[in-house]
Amino acid sequence: MQPLPKWADATLVPLLSILIAFAISGVVILAIGKDPVEATKVMVTGALGSTYGWGYTLYYATSFTFTGLAVAVAFHAGLFNIGGEGQATLGGLGVALVLLHMAWPHWSLALLAAMAGAMAFGAAWALLPAWLQARRGSHIVITTIMFNFIAAALLNYILVNVLRPTGQMDPATARFAADLALPKLHEMLGWLGIPFARRTPANLGLVVALAAAVLVWGLLWHTRLGFQLRAFGKSEPAARYAGISPVRVTLYAMLISGALAGLMAVNTVMGEQQRLVMNAAGGAGFIGIAVALMGRSHPLGVVLAALLFGFLYQGGAEMAIWMQIPRELIVVIQALVILFTGALDNMVRMPVAWAFRLLRGGR
Amino acid sequence: MDVAAILSILEGTIRLSTPLLLACLAGLFSERAGVFDIGLEGKMLIAAFFSAAVAALAGSAWVGLAAGVAAALVLAVIHGLASITFRGNQLIAGVAINFLAAGLTVLVAENWFRLGGRTPSLSGEARFQGLTLPLTETLAGVPLLGPFWGTVISGHALLAYLAFLAVPATWWILYRTRFGLRLRAVGENPAAVDTAGISVVALRYAAVMICGLLCGLAGVYLATALSAGFVKDMSGGRGFIALAALIFAKWRPWSAMGATLLFGFLQSVATRFPRLDLGIVVVPAQFIDALPYLLTVVILAGFVGKAIPPRAGGTAYVKEHG
Repeated sequence: MQPLPKWADATLVPLLSILIAFAISGVVILAIGKDPVEATKVMVTGALGSTYGWGYTLYYATSFTFTGLAVAVAFHAGLFNIGGEGQATLGGLGVALVLLHMAWPHWSLALLAAMAGAMAFGAAWALLPAWLQARRGSHIVITTIMFNFIAAALLNYILVNVLRPTGQMDPATARFAADLALPKLHEMLGWLGIPFARRTPANLGLVVALAAAVLVWGLLWHTRLGFQLRAFGKSEPAARYAGISPVRVTLYAMLISGALAGLMAVNTVMGEQQRLVMNAAGGAGFIGIAVALMGRSHPLGVVLAALLFGFLYQGGAEMAIWMQIPRELIVVIQALVILFTGALDNMVRMPVAWAFRLLRGGR
Repeated sequence: MDVAAILSILEGTIRLSTPLLLACLAGLFSERAGVFDIGLEGKMLIAAFFSAAVAALAGSAWVGLAAGVAAALVLAVIHGLASITFRGNQLIAGVAINFLAAGLTVLVAENWFRLGGRTPSLSGEARFQGLTLPLTETLAGVPLLGPFWGTVISGHALLAYLAFLAVPATWWILYRTRFGLRLRAVGENPAAVDTAGISVVALRYAAVMICGLLCGLAGVYLATALSAGFVKDMSGGRGFIALAALIFAKWRPWSAMGATLLFGFLQSVATRFPRLDLGIVVVPAQFIDALPYLLTVVILAGFVGKAIPPRAGGTAYVKEHG
């Protein structure tokens, strides 16, 4: 049997999968007695119809780009990192510690330090699962799930007992210094003379995320480590035979993955909330799985998929306000995207391959 | 700490262990057959919702039970389709099932009841009530044994007793029946099973459906016996604790009971003492919350004996072409 052409595999199959996922979501909307066409309109207007909507869409997309890249890098090495949520949580802790306990003369220096803190803490949280997989053969999926829960408990403890200022009721850190706030997107576009809505959370983190995507692309396809990573992911025995150390590749892949997930905190904790709160990662770590699957683990695909999920997130919020459809609809769509692009991939691919065979055979 | 407090912690242990035990045995069947299942949580959650919702509407806990189990079985079929028929990634299928349940339950709950993602509170016939075991009255006067029997052993819902009876049943099925032998074989070496002329696909589907049934019962217990109704995300990570217990138990039924009793005990202590004062140190509640996961990591690190999963776990079986 001839395999699918490369272009069809990279674009046709995921597009079909998304179409099926959206079609089923439409049926779900119908089933709860709402109009799917109306819902789509509300989502598109709410998320893309104004620069205000775009501001939120891009803000969410920034977070999802980081976590999507994190999952994608691990996927390339044949590792399934479900721990993005925990690693992003720890990244938030890294950002908060750096910004609270040191005096920074300028936000740009603080940004570099916060990035270093976020990456170090995120990577550190991925290190033990990586080491256990590489040295002890314990499954990384299980350990990263466990580490998500441990991270949540740890953050809970630290916020309640350690970092909460005395006299404050809600479990959160103090606010960071006001002059350390990252430039918002409307300020950045203002320098270029482009008008943009002021009250949106989109910030410089967006640029960091795009830079990270380019760097991940360079790393995967233009460095020795990237080659080793992909070779190991394709065939472990072959990589081993070629002298690639499985322990080294596993550790590097997970450290990079954890660092990328941690970086998400630069967008949320430093860019928007300006302090560390409970449940700071807010599920973005899990959306990274859907984003990486849909983007076929390619940085460009990840950015586009992150944009789609940013749209869904902002559109979902608008839909909840205007149509009384609960926000959980987005969780259902996310689940369907994961199901069809990740788990039922072959179900979509088989008929496509069959159609291609028919086309070729007809000649 | 007095006797009454100890008895109440032990009683809580049984109550809180029950859903963990049912979910853990569910995972045991699936994983012993070579199908990894991180979707225990989702199947439990959807069963919890549909059992509570239908019990509230029909006024009968038994009708609720049927609905809850049916919902979990539907998700089990999806898991089977993805991981057996279409040979997809079993872990990713599990993740999808968890999100599907998390989203659908709230969506449907809001649509049916408009109570902010919960069901009405269950009472009377709509809820599984505690059973008073025989001998409770007879033993009431006996010191220690009387209160122990009356408080800890007696007074649980039928499903709790069913869960603990499922342990010897699982052991018997796995180690004393032909089906059990084949089930274990298909998790270790599916090619050998296939060579013997037995359908790998059918066996794995059977295991996945048993898993769905047991997860369903766990969810039904959560919503109609442990609590009186469904609230958003009420499984609260229990599916993952069950998964941890399964590794802790090294995929064996009796050890699964031991592990889930231990984790149920920890939850019971954490519920009763938010801050556990041991005299020398005060153990924060967050630490006890995280303890099952920490213990699992320690086990996985191999410090307390090695946990080796079924050899063919996580991979779809591809028949050789003749």
